[in-house]
Amino acid sequence: MSMKLIFEKHRDGRGGFSYGTSDVPQAKPLAAKYCRSNDAYLPGLSELDVVRHFTNLSRLNFSVDTNFYPLGSCTMKYNPKFTERIAALEGFSQLHPLLPQLSGSLAQGSLEVLYESEKLLAEITGMSAFTLQPLAGAHGELTGVMLIAAYHKDKGSRRKYVIVPDSSHGTNPSSATIAGYEVKVIPTGADGYMDLEQYKKELNNEVAAVMLTCPDTLGLFNPRIKEIADLAHKAGALMYYDGANLNAMLGKARPGDIGFDVMHINLHKTFGTPHGGGGPGAGPVGVSEKLVEFLPISRVIRKNDSTFVLNYNYPKSIGYIAPFYGNFGVILKAYAYILALGKEGLIQAAEIAVLNANYCQSRLKKYYDLPFDKTCMHECVFSASRQAKNGVHALDIAKYLIDQGYHPPTIYFPMIVKEALMIEPTETESKECLDAFIDTMIKIADLAKDNPLQVRQAPQKMPIKRLDEVRAARQPDLCWKNPK
Amino acid sequence: MSYVPHTQEDIQQMLSTIGVKSVADLFKDIPASLRPKSFNLPESKSEFAVTAALSKLAFKNATGLINFVGGGFYDHFIPAAVDALAGRSEFYTAYTPYQPECSQGWLQAIYEYQSIICQLTGLDISNASLYDGGTALFEAMMMAVRHTGRNKVILDSGVNLIYRTMLYTYTSNLSIEFVEIPVVHGQSSRQDLLKYVDDQTAAVIFQNPNFFGAVDDYSDMVEKVHEFGALAIACVYPVSLGMLKTPGEMGFDIACGEGQSLGIPLSFGGPYLGFMAVKSQFVRQIPGRIVGATVDSDGKRGFVLTLQTREQHIRRERATSNICSNEALCALRAAIFVSLLGKAGFKELARQNYQKSEFAKEALSRVKGVQVKRSSPTFNEFTVLLPCNADTVVQRMIEKGFACGFPLGRFYKGMDNYLLIAVTEKRTKEEIQRLADTLEAVL
Repeated sequence: MSMKLIFEKHRDGRGGFSYGTSDVPQAKPLAAKYCRSNDAYLPGLSELDVVRHFTNLSRLNFSVDTNFYPLGSCTMKYNPKFTERIAALEGFSQLHPLLPQLSGSLAQGSLEVLYESEKLLAEITGMSAFTLQPLAGAHGELTGVMLIAAYHKDKGSRRKYVIVPDSSHGTNPSSATIAGYEVKVIPTGADGYMDLEQYKKELNNEVAAVMLTCPDTLGLFNPRIKEIADLAHKAGALMYYDGANLNAMLGKARPGDIGFDVMHINLHKTFGTPHGGGGPGAGPVGVSEKLVEFLPISRVIRKNDSTFVLNYNYPKSIGYIAPFYGNFGVILKAYAYILALGKEGLIQAAEIAVLNANYCQSRLKKYYDLPFDKTCMHECVFSASRQAKNGVHALDIAKYLIDQGYHPPTIYFPMIVKEALMIEPTETESKECLDAFIDTMIKIADLAKDNPLQVRQAPQKMPIKRLDEVRAARQPDLCWKNPK
Repeated sequence: MSYVPHTQEDIQQMLSTIGVKSVADLFKDIPASLRPKSFNLPESKSEFAVTAALSKLAFKNATGLINFVGGGFYDHFIPAAVDALAGRSEFYTAYTPYQPECSQGWLQAIYEYQSIICQLTGLDISNASLYDGGTALFEAMMMAVRHTGRNKVILDSGVNLIYRTMLYTYTSNLSIEFVEIPVVHGQSSRQDLLKYVDDQTAAVIFQNPNFFGAVDDYSDMVEKVHEFGALAIACVYPVSLGMLKTPGEMGFDIACGEGQSLGIPLSFGGPYLGFMAVKSQFVRQIPGRIVGATVDSDGKRGFVLTLQTREQHIRRERATSNICSNEALCALRAAIFVSLLGKAGFKELARQNYQKSEFAKEALSRVKGVQVKRSSPTFNEFTVLLPCNADTVVQRMIEKGFACGFPLGRFYKGMDNYLLIAVTEKRTKEEIQRLADTLEAVL
């Protein structure tokens, strides 16, 4: 089934919503030179037609609520429903963000949510303080690197480089560049960890920071992480923790204790808020004591009388990262999630996430190449190199999985693994679900030997077959054009 | 609460398959010295207990006030169908549509969103969304800096102070030279623009309507900007585009702004929606994800994420932006909202905002001591001069049940007696009249 565009369902004179007759008298119209010459050409449909259109579109998606979604590095765990209802409460959803500017008393409930969330995140990670302003993980990275720049500037030094390993998320080097740094890339050694000798060579007093994911994108916890941090500190550089993989660490290790100076958390990964088809997320940034004074403003303060105020008076603050207090609706859901799980629930989440990933790794390693055969953390990374010899690539495996009702793992990332298949099952998936997925992966490995064409022709059962991506890029068709 | 489905039996079987004795063995790579020094968190609570506790906090917020506060963020009505459709978990529990065959619903919805943004702004190409209006403006500015290879930016002081502050924050470690030009009697100063724009200028940034609510036709200024080879950037309020001259019609190269007014709740500052549209020649410069139409192996139309070589997951340190997660769900809300309203409904929304705001101007101009500033036309927000400190008046009005406007002294020196008042379609004639009467009573 191919769906018509909503514009193609338009009929003149049809509409799905009425504002009723205005209850105020006609005003003198705005002078024509300020007005658009033609009305925006927008689709006209009845409410039912709009409802049916988007309902039917929704049914063309795989989602956590409909399909197993082991998309590595994205932590597609179950998103509890009750947090949606809390975020929709009028007291939260209808609150204007400028109200605290009118009077501090108008937003006490929301300020308390922000204050308490910050405290909980600080305890979970061992950092001294948090800003909740960053609106996504990559936005947190940018904020973090800007804090690092402010710190060095305050110390009177203008350092030039940020070090990242070659296994890092693409956002790390990109965020460092946008914040004004040059990037130095350290290769991964034969043991799967960042090459320490190369690292030592590159580390000098021109390095502002080292950005690491821990566990890294191979799903491995580097036992020498402390040594890496100590070396950076000795050179005067700061340590940045990319919190994308924090789920495995809850109650097991804290970035602050390890010696990280700055970190971000993807609330939509670790703390169960929905990914929304690509966002909104939230990327709170935590810092160690020496960076607190540079945090963005405003900051929420609890007064002696237990009321909350916004404080803007931090002369060394980097400024505003977001217009207000961050993606409040997302922060609220994560706060509710942390309260519901509590200490034991968070530890259990990390343990079962790691158990599930190792179970997948153990059962599949006979069938797929495992470039680094170690105990993994929250995700395992295979290579489809063996299957690729028969013409079945990671992409083909992904497409075949779609036909079987599974969202594929992350493919071709990390870039250091050829034909990578990065599987992150998360803790909310049952053993039965994992077994069925693993059996399908084994079947694909068999097909790759016996009938590779069947895998390469997938998907067959979806509304569309493989799309011509080259055409999409060479002849961009990026918006509907009015044929009239 | 726990959302983990494992029984003890499951765990034992899985451990034995892995070949370890306990779950603790799986964490052996974390040295003892790196174990948490503390993990002092509250005990687990039931769904009921958490809901009760947070409902209590929601109740502590003042949402019963009749709202005349805007400042770039507006109290518009959201049709129930927007919540019902965007609340379908096939949408909100999915992620970025990397795999098009199982994400056609999302991809088509974003393509429709992009098309709607192009229609509203009168420009050619929209991306799939950015975080918010401020970060969108930063991305637009950096796009101009990259495109021109220049580093001077002229910033109209009618641009929301919050966004100007964000631009200064983001560029503090970059070498961007800013020049702010003043707003005189509500309008951007043509004289000052001519004084500062030169062949070193990367971009000139305006906001329409500007922070004081004033509407302008920037066509003449955009023309001047282009004479110097700089790009013209418009920060716009999408609801106003149901009436106002579009950035495309005025010749702007980039339009961006805050999309909250398109069916997204105020929610104390987020999640919101940064939108951006550009002229077609900048297609390979635009930041963020983009959905494109193409065909499948049977020739059937389908949608994919495209032009990805601009993005961080491919280009890494040379990407046009570091953005990964965006605000897709908010973009979906905007697409549903605009689709429900349709051509006529969207125009009517703009019309009612304008009409009600004009009615409020009339009503307030009859209040003794209140001076409505009329040097420029406005859309749905305007400035009044009070006979005393606006802050004091705001406090008195809160006691009477009104959030009566934003006291401009909070953002601008010397404007302590000014109040910025927004009137959306939600405000009734009776509420507006009561605002005027109550104001008269408290002055």
